[in-house]
Amino acid sequence: MADTSMLVRHPLETRRTLLAELSAELDGVALELEAPLAAVDLRLDPAGPGPAAVAEVAGGPLPPQPDTWTGLAAGQALRLGPDEWLLTSAAARPEDWEFGLDEAAAPFGGAAVDVSAQRTTVRVRGASARPLLASGCAIDLRPASFPRGRCAQTLLGQAGVLLVALADDDLQLFVRPSFAGYVVDWLVDAAQEFRRPS
Amino acid sequence: MSRIEGYGRIDRSRHVTVTVDGAAYTGHPGDSLASVLLAHDARPANTGVKLGRPRGIGASWTEDPTGLVQVEEPFPEPMLLATTVEATDGLVARGVNGQGRLSEVPDLARYDRLHTHCDVLVIGAGPAGLVAARTAARRGDDVVLVDDRPTAGGTLTGTETIDGRPSLDVVDEIVAELTTSPNVTHLQRTTAFGHYDDGFVLALERRTSHTDDGGLARRSRQRVHRIRAARIVVAAGAIERPIVLEDNDRPGIMLAASARDFLHRYGVLAGREVVVFTSDDAAYAAAVDLHDAGASVQVLDARATAPTLWSRRCADRGIAVTANTHVHGTRGEDRITAALVGPERREVACDLLLTSGGWNPTAHLFSHVGGRLAYDPSLGAFRPAAPRPGVEVIGAADGTFGLADILRQAGGVGAPPANEEPRDPTAVLWRTDGDPTRQFVDIQRDATVADIARAVGAGMTSVEHVKRYTTIGTAHDQGKTSGVIASGITAELLGRPVEDLGTTTFRPPYTPVAFAALAGRERGDLFDPVRTTPIHDRHVAAGAEFEDVGQWKRARHYPHPGENMTDAVLRECAAVRTSVGIMDASTLGKIDVRGPDAAVLLDRLYTNMMSSLKVGRVRYGVMCGNDGMVFDDGTVLRLADDRFLVTTTTGNAAAVLDWMEEWLQTEWPELRVRLTSVTEQWSIFAVAGPRSRDVVGAVFADLDVSNEAFGFMTWHDTALDGVPVRLARISFSGELAFEVSVSAWYAPAVWARLLEAGRDHGITPYGTETMHVLRAEKGYPIIGQDTDGTVSPHDLGMAWAVSKKKPDFVGRRSFGRPQNQDPLRKQLVSLLPTDAATKLPEGSQIVRFADDGRLPAPPVPMLGHVTSSYHSAALDRPFALALVKGGRERIGEVVGVPVAGELVPALIGETVLVDPEGARRDG
Repeated sequence: MADTSMLVRHPLETRRTLLAELSAELDGVALELEAPLAAVDLRLDPAGPGPAAVAEVAGGPLPPQPDTWTGLAAGQALRLGPDEWLLTSAAARPEDWEFGLDEAAAPFGGAAVDVSAQRTTVRVRGASARPLLASGCAIDLRPASFPRGRCAQTLLGQAGVLLVALADDDLQLFVRPSFAGYVVDWLVDAAQEFRRPS
Repeated sequence: MSRIEGYGRIDRSRHVTVTVDGAAYTGHPGDSLASVLLAHDARPANTGVKLGRPRGIGASWTEDPTGLVQVEEPFPEPMLLATTVEATDGLVARGVNGQGRLSEVPDLARYDRLHTHCDVLVIGAGPAGLVAARTAARRGDDVVLVDDRPTAGGTLTGTETIDGRPSLDVVDEIVAELTTSPNVTHLQRTTAFGHYDDGFVLALERRTSHTDDGGLARRSRQRVHRIRAARIVVAAGAIERPIVLEDNDRPGIMLAASARDFLHRYGVLAGREVVVFTSDDAAYAAAVDLHDAGASVQVLDARATAPTLWSRRCADRGIAVTANTHVHGTRGEDRITAALVGPERREVACDLLLTSGGWNPTAHLFSHVGGRLAYDPSLGAFRPAAPRPGVEVIGAADGTFGLADILRQAGGVGAPPANEEPRDPTAVLWRTDGDPTRQFVDIQRDATVADIARAVGAGMTSVEHVKRYTTIGTAHDQGKTSGVIASGITAELLGRPVEDLGTTTFRPPYTPVAFAALAGRERGDLFDPVRTTPIHDRHVAAGAEFEDVGQWKRARHYPHPGENMTDAVLRECAAVRTSVGIMDASTLGKIDVRGPDAAVLLDRLYTNMMSSLKVGRVRYGVMCGNDGMVFDDGTVLRLADDRFLVTTTTGNAAAVLDWMEEWLQTEWPELRVRLTSVTEQWSIFAVAGPRSRDVVGAVFADLDVSNEAFGFMTWHDTALDGVPVRLARISFSGELAFEVSVSAWYAPAVWARLLEAGRDHGITPYGTETMHVLRAEKGYPIIGQDTDGTVSPHDLGMAWAVSKKKPDFVGRRSFGRPQNQDPLRKQLVSLLPTDAATKLPEGSQIVRFADDGRLPAPPVPMLGHVTSSYHSAALDRPFALALVKGGRERIGEVVGVPVAGELVPALIGETVLVDPEGARRDG
């Protein structure tokens, strides 16, 4: 009988083992699923006192430049556009995360909407992480152009992703759960190039 | 054997065996298929496409117009040049008679692409490109260097001296330096084939064609590099130009530099009795080198006097040089046996005729981005006329031919020096006198001087027209040797200067590219993304058949063993109408609309009034485009005074959000509204049927689901084990129904609980096909199926959803057009085939019924067409929805629908066929 317990599972849970086994056979690439996070989509006027007010609740300053991210107390603040951020938390419950941030943003004409289940995360690590992603992503991924602290909404293969640079050899991919199966299939296919010679 | 000891860069210590036209030939690693054949004095069994004349190998690289082969092993590929196929053990090929053959077996190789960004892209690893790449690398730039041949060095043969050393030693030294530079990517076997705006170049890398590929089977066979460069250096060299003469298509006729290339690269002497016919100095180097390798050589120079220095070098070797002499034709059957020399057409025995009419700069990649080429009379060739930002053309590609000049141009003062060689000017000679019907311009296309004359005679004066009329320049080689000559001969025939005519436009790709390479990974399962819902696995486990809705896989129906789709759908429909069914509606688009002006925005975008909706209630809404035609529909939930949740159709989720953002950002920026897509945040399950209240009530025990407490088109929030859940009384079937929304994190558990709670009622998962039938029985249209962008809300019988109170909304003005008032507009109606048995095919035309049941002779006026058609479990008969001209006025009328040659009578009716009173929706 199907499991009826209200546990949060990664949408790609059934592929976790496959990714671990594959990563063990790869040279310089490790693919891993990340635990689900609470997340809100914050729309807010970047000028004025709004961002500072939200920062207090969020647990860290909001990144001042689009396509960059900053660390929060238990998550990240990723600036998606001039007036849009994704704020994540590994500690908060989604409904609390939304409520608190929305309350902080509303007086400044902003809004925070719970999108915790709207994206899922895959971690790509290793010296070959960027070459792997460069086989399906058109943006300039050279470490000098896309260093730690940068993020970008772009395409991997044909799926929209939010790509986040944690380090030269450590990147995060936020992807819509409906596209996650495609993205992982794509990564597994592209990763064949990086298999250790048998 | 024509393999010459002491020449070539092949690995003579190892052997490879290739099979061509059934015969086995031995070669060495480093050989091309063409060099293996020439080493054995053989050629592929090729014949011309139209005239069937034998054809050989006419050049040593991609410019060869004739040496095409069909490769059979290791993988079937049509029409590759033997000169570009690397000889590997076990290769099987055959000659091509006219056209090749596509593979009949699947291509299991991998193909991929790689995006690369760099400061400088250098195209060509000849002396110019190598020095330019090294200069940029030393400066600290990120450099990508691509070259199409297997090894670097371009046309350097090793006989030249650079910096006081053998040229190839210098090449090796530069390559070694580039290899150890971390900021340089150096790719051989990589052809830059297209150059586009903003420094974007596509290059094809052949990664496995030269290997037996034991341990690297997972490596992609070919890779398309998508390179974005701040600066591009085109150092692609030049292509030698033949001289057109009578019967110039015979095997054994070749470009002079190609024969030299075969000698120095592969150690192959392409002929023993050689006639060199030239109007340019470079062919003398071939004459001298072939002589030194053991051939008997004589030179015929079309120019009035032969160049002094080269004449002396020839005299030293006993090579006869005759100036002011033309070759007018050839003799031979399977191979050339003689050149016909001078006006008297004296037969000079030979087995190899080399021609050289000068050099055409390979400026294709400059031309691709609109770089203009101009005729340079001193070269007799077209070369880049004016610079383009971010693009440099250097070396022979720019018309610079002396090695010393090339190195200086590429490397400036720091460039390695080379000896200055005097060069006599090239004489422009497109062709010699002879029979124009046998003077081949494009040898692959069997197109002759006579064909150009015919084009000119037909009145064509543009080289673009002549190209299309004659097909010159349209073969695999894209006119690398024939294009400029065609311009020259056309100019001659028109009596105009060639600079006035110009050349035909160069377009990508520079060399042929396999579709498989362009497709990359986007084939098979990765051809297009497949989107799945959070409970996709449950649908699979339940045996669902899926249908594609946009990129989504949606469960279409869940056949039991032995059921076909009709059976399954009838069973699922009956379950919803009599007990309870459940459907995954998670693919619906969902948009969170926030802000003090949220209601204002929705009032302007929906045809109906949304600002009057009370918190806690739900309203169906229709959206039109500017043209007043239905664009999308869905439900609107008012969550708070300043917050709505709107749903869209599955396929339009992104389009509706874009539409809303566009209006908000460009037309009404003063509105204080924020839009957020929450399509994948919320999973939605529709629980529908008379027992749905029991099921929902059992799962959400703390919620009063009675009709009094939870009315139709209202919503309530509750929780399940602390997880927020929203329920709404929304029905797309006419039955009592609830939509259960929960964070997608918990979708599998909630789906399982609903199924478990419904087990005693026989809860039946139903798919989109069943949903379509149930909604059609109620006359609910599907946007995109019953509409096609020309249907207004009024046409759908939805005037009730068009507000008369609102001052304006998108589409409103179009409703006032005379066209929209036309009583003969197509309107949505139902159709009942009177035989109660025929399921009318969707898309069928509707015509006036004829008593004899036959379609009258044309023209037959069309009344409309069938948009949806199903079997109905509730009605126990087939039924359809249709758009019919003046349909509502025709209710009660019998029309005809042609099906398989018969005219099936069908009765036009109201759209709502099941429960028109709406008695069932409250249970």
